[in-house]
Amino acid sequence: MSEPSKPQGRKFQLPEHLKEYKGIWVIVEQERGSVHSVSWELVGEARKLADKLGVEVGAVVLGADSPELNAICGDAFTYGADVVYKVTDPVLADYRTDPYTRVMTDVVNTYKPEIVLLGATTLGRDLAGAIATTLATGLTADCTELDIYMDNRSLAATRPTFGGTLLCTIQTLAYRPQMATVRPRVMSMPDRDDSRTGRVVEVFPTLREDDVITKVLSFIADREQNEAQLAFADIIVAAGKGLGKPENLKLVFNLAKVLGGEVGVTRPLVQAGWTGFDRQVGQTGKTVRPKLYIAAGISGAIQHRVGMEKSDLILAINTDPNAPIFDFAHLGLVGDALTILPALTDAFGKRLSVNRLAG
Amino acid sequence: MHIVVCIKQVPDSAQIRIHPVTNTIMRQGVPAIINPFDLFSLEEALRIKDKVGARVTVLTMGPPMAETSLRKALSLGADDAVLLTDRKFAGSDTLATSYALTSAIKKLSEEEQVDLVFCGKQTVDGDTAQVGPGIATRLGFQQLTYITKIESIDQGAREIVVHRRSEGGVQVLKTALPCMITMLEGTNTIRFGKMDDMFRAARYGLKTWNKDTTGAEETKVGLKGSPTVVSKVFVPKPRAQKATMVEAEAPSAEAQAAAAVEAIFGAQPKLADELLARAAAGL
Repeated sequence: MSEPSKPQGRKFQLPEHLKEYKGIWVIVEQERGSVHSVSWELVGEARKLADKLGVEVGAVVLGADSPELNAICGDAFTYGADVVYKVTDPVLADYRTDPYTRVMTDVVNTYKPEIVLLGATTLGRDLAGAIATTLATGLTADCTELDIYMDNRSLAATRPTFGGTLLCTIQTLAYRPQMATVRPRVMSMPDRDDSRTGRVVEVFPTLREDDVITKVLSFIADREQNEAQLAFADIIVAAGKGLGKPENLKLVFNLAKVLGGEVGVTRPLVQAGWTGFDRQVGQTGKTVRPKLYIAAGISGAIQHRVGMEKSDLILAINTDPNAPIFDFAHLGLVGDALTILPALTDAFGKRLSVNRLAG
Repeated sequence: MHIVVCIKQVPDSAQIRIHPVTNTIMRQGVPAIINPFDLFSLEEALRIKDKVGARVTVLTMGPPMAETSLRKALSLGADDAVLLTDRKFAGSDTLATSYALTSAIKKLSEEEQVDLVFCGKQTVDGDTAQVGPGIATRLGFQQLTYITKIESIDQGAREIVVHRRSEGGVQVLKTALPCMITMLEGTNTIRFGKMDDMFRAARYGLKTWNKDTTGAEETKVGLKGSPTVVSKVFVPKPRAQKATMVEAEAPSAEAQAAAAVEAIFGAQPKLADELLARAAAGL
């Protein structure tokens, strides 16, 4: 990407006292001992940006002290962090906006990073919106590309707008830290390097449970709820209006089952009540980046495209050879999804079972 | 109980098209609508009004033409409407927008204490999801985003229990009023307006406020109050290559499917290995 012409109209110089802000931080999203993969994707991305700037990567891990939390701190080094800020307090056991905001505001003000990155998840966007306000700094949401402009060492955060029809690059020039949330599964997962270590900075905030107004009464895990887990699926078989009627959804479920994948749908199918919102892929649904995305009877409207176009491999099946989906799918099949889906299910089934016999 | 619902008038993104030749956005004739995410929050506020009684004020910041969206919200059952409009607000980013809206909510609170603020989860044009948290933080309200259900609300005890979507599941949270809530989409369906409300909406004397009405400081709004700078806007590069069409030996679905499987495994040998390993393991 070329560097932009200078923005006009305002002064954009970084005041002298903000020049001491150094280093790139990732706030590691940890809930109940498991880390959202976007955090490691961001540590990998932060590593690249930090090497460009010649600064350190800091990973901030918040929670109640536990062996799991220590393991997460170790993982942060293996993915590319130089420093781990380990912030522990029993009050931080479950995510709640208020105590997390108070603690992160203090930690940023104490250690002064120049860039703070979070995943554009429900936690990341909730927390980022709050701390950018307490820190009175710029925050760019839901980015899909990050870069450093070396002339002024500033973060260039690029994000889709107008539902993906336009991209814009946003910068925070005269304030620190520069903040951004980044869409999951857009940056690639870094390779682990188990030989990497770094230093741990332990932070013990003084929090009292009595001061926190919001209480977590319970947590209902999705795996106990039969909700689709599209964001983490390696293979997604998705259906659009081309399937004709709700009964035909079983064809995509059958194929997904053979492949060990999940089923996704377009927004019109959710609106028509064919299936729940948890399976919707696209602008107002989930953004997915599976290894294989099979789009059956999907025309490829922009609202759907922005949610899946980063998939490693897209196979589109559509009766209309001029459907927009063929403009960005990798593989195309012109034909009726209703007959091709069962044939694909058979073909994959045979191919995979033959190997089992041979093996 | 006084509930403020913040809404935004946006272009209907479903109707925005890219010009196939010039590759630019075609805005002409694109109708303005209430941000679809805001409707889930408006409906939830109206349900609280139905259930426990409340005054619902809709608030928007925008150009004078945003009046249309306020009247629409009134026709659906909102009691009052405030249009926050000032040329000085132009160019506000999310930090400046949340400041300006907060100044209006504080003024509304002087008339009647505000107990709940509802915002849309995000807008369809900006997609930031940052203004709601900005308002909650500035007001010192409890922040409840991505809410899927309001389980109970107790006016006497000033307590509210909600379900909040998080990445791995749903948090059930109990907190105290006042709070700021953003509803997750698909959690309810916006009602049809009643005839009485439609007539009232048409006649309603809209409150139009500016920077001076709410006492917003000039340095904190508009471009001056916005830390972020848009340095470039561009149309995404269309993927140069179109799909490779799978060639089958025969026109049957079986032949097409067999060819597609080979094409997939040819393009992604690692994926083939993984699937085969998984199949071999009997998973």
